[in-house]
Amino acid sequence: MSLDASYLQYRQRRYGMDHARYAWSMLEQRTPQHWPESRPLALWINVSVEHFPLDASGQGFKAHGSMTMPYPDLRHYTLRDYGNRVGVFRVMQALAEHGICASYAVNGEIALRYPALLARIASSGSELLAHGWNMDCVHYGGLDQAIERQWIADSIAALTPHAPQPIRGWLSPARSQSPRTPELLREAGMTWCSDWVNDELPYRFDTASGAMHTLPLPIELEDRFVIGENLHAESEWADQCIDAADFLLDEARALGAGRLLAINLHPWVIGQPHRIKHLERVLAHLAANRAAIWNAAPSTIIDAAVAR
Amino acid sequence: MKPDPGLYDYLPWDARPRIAWPGGARVALWIAPNIEFYELDPPPNPQRKPWPRPLPDVLGYSTRDYGNRVGHQRMMRVMDRLGLRGSVSLSTAMCVHHPEVVAMAAERNWEFFSHGIYNTRYAYGMDEAQERAMIDESMALIAEHTGQHCDGYLAPALSHSESTIDLFAEAGGIYTCDLFHDDQPTPVRTRSGKRFVSLPYSLELNDTIVYVVNKIEPRRYGQMITDAFDRLYAEGETSGTVLCVPLHAYQVSHPHRLRAFEQAMDYICSRDKVWKATGREIAQHFLDHHYDAFRAAASAQASAHGIGA
Repeated sequence: MSLDASYLQYRQRRYGMDHARYAWSMLEQRTPQHWPESRPLALWINVSVEHFPLDASGQGFKAHGSMTMPYPDLRHYTLRDYGNRVGVFRVMQALAEHGICASYAVNGEIALRYPALLARIASSGSELLAHGWNMDCVHYGGLDQAIERQWIADSIAALTPHAPQPIRGWLSPARSQSPRTPELLREAGMTWCSDWVNDELPYRFDTASGAMHTLPLPIELEDRFVIGENLHAESEWADQCIDAADFLLDEARALGAGRLLAINLHPWVIGQPHRIKHLERVLAHLAANRAAIWNAAPSTIIDAAVAR
Repeated sequence: MKPDPGLYDYLPWDARPRIAWPGGARVALWIAPNIEFYELDPPPNPQRKPWPRPLPDVLGYSTRDYGNRVGHQRMMRVMDRLGLRGSVSLSTAMCVHHPEVVAMAAERNWEFFSHGIYNTRYAYGMDEAQERAMIDESMALIAEHTGQHCDGYLAPALSHSESTIDLFAEAGGIYTCDLFHDDQPTPVRTRSGKRFVSLPYSLELNDTIVYVVNKIEPRRYGQMITDAFDRLYAEGETSGTVLCVPLHAYQVSHPHRLRAFEQAMDYICSRDKVWKATGREIAQHFLDHHYDAFRAAASAQASAHGIGA
């Protein structure tokens, strides 16, 4: 038994990355980031508003949260829909009560199904991110390019009438991409994307259709991952968010370099009545550190980082 | 296939020659940061998929790239403050892709040992010549870029063949981290008869196993390390023990996790009978002072029970 000789050849072994999407660099080796008013920590809260179809195809793969039971999987369909009917309103209330702004990454189909929810989000002046068509429309290697281009166009078009400003940012369902997703996003007018979780500050991301930016939105700290996949207690998730905030504040001060805390929320997870108080504890901790925190919309954060 | 790897002899925990660590230490502590490169589009291996999702697996790849862009320096600050040197389990392609990270570890006088070329190239399906070539190349990269002789081995992504340890011993290595059967070093039987040892490399305290496989809370991870240390420190009064903490900057260095590790290390480093060592130092000490006694004890207990050792 042996492997093909190519298995011991390393064609991409060279200085830097094994692809051409972005340049290799280490966070601490870069020119320090300084946020407005010299605040050490920028804060970006994102709320992912998602639709999980009952007739999920699972094409590519099933996003976490998708249907798992024989059709009709009413239990999971309705548990996800709970987020859009009830949970998101609790999240919005908690944010408002603590004076913290958020962006909303919204599946395009949500805008068609629940225009009242979009109107409510828009009334807060929040930035909207395009978040694909729905959670069963996963962008993946093998997806037909014409279909992917159409999904992207439809996703942006559905949100646009509700958006206070032109939509610039994108978060793919399940942070998954095809090999051509960045090009298609750039061609559709997106200037930044949050799928790559390899950094803590924005960085330049190259596509054959022009440069854009990545603004990483960490998966390791999001409610769905910690509570839904790791099965940690709600209180543990809140502790982790608070520990992250304290750690980044300390590091930013110690190094004299601004840091970013980005927290992604899913109303179908954190909007449950037994969980919302834990989000409120996180927000209270952040609000208590308000003097050190620059809470801004993600496009504003990218603009500040790029302008330095 | 064999029913038993045949690499080491049975030796009861409470009936062994006494291990004496330098300075009268009870516990030899070594920290093993894995400094790894995962390829976005590696060639397929017939027995193991590199990524769970269809390529490009943006989430899997970028999760690991975070360690190189963000995590290493954060972890190094903790290690520096506590006077801990890492024993780096190195994807040796890092010497080419990200030499800055390797240089930072080298400046700190950290040890480097081989963790293959890439953590997306598995030994599964390789013939002996191929695996030998991979091991040799990885050791050569360490020598070329750090000036160090590669003494230890942890198979890339823990992918082994029946010959892995024999091949590494023949290539000039003295220890492996691939076996998880003990809390003390163990003589390992090799076909070449070279003197070779297994070092404890706790999979149970490996941050990736903790966070990704067992899905442990960060503060509990810190408590687990502390609890393991307390037990090994107590038992180390009788005979020296080893505590290894294997790390991955893409896991442990997240802002919501690093403090828990740091607090555990603060606690351990506050105790006086701790030998802050590297893998090479522990292996060499065992080879110099305890290897022969352990071999003899294993043979004696085997013959006492009528088992051929």
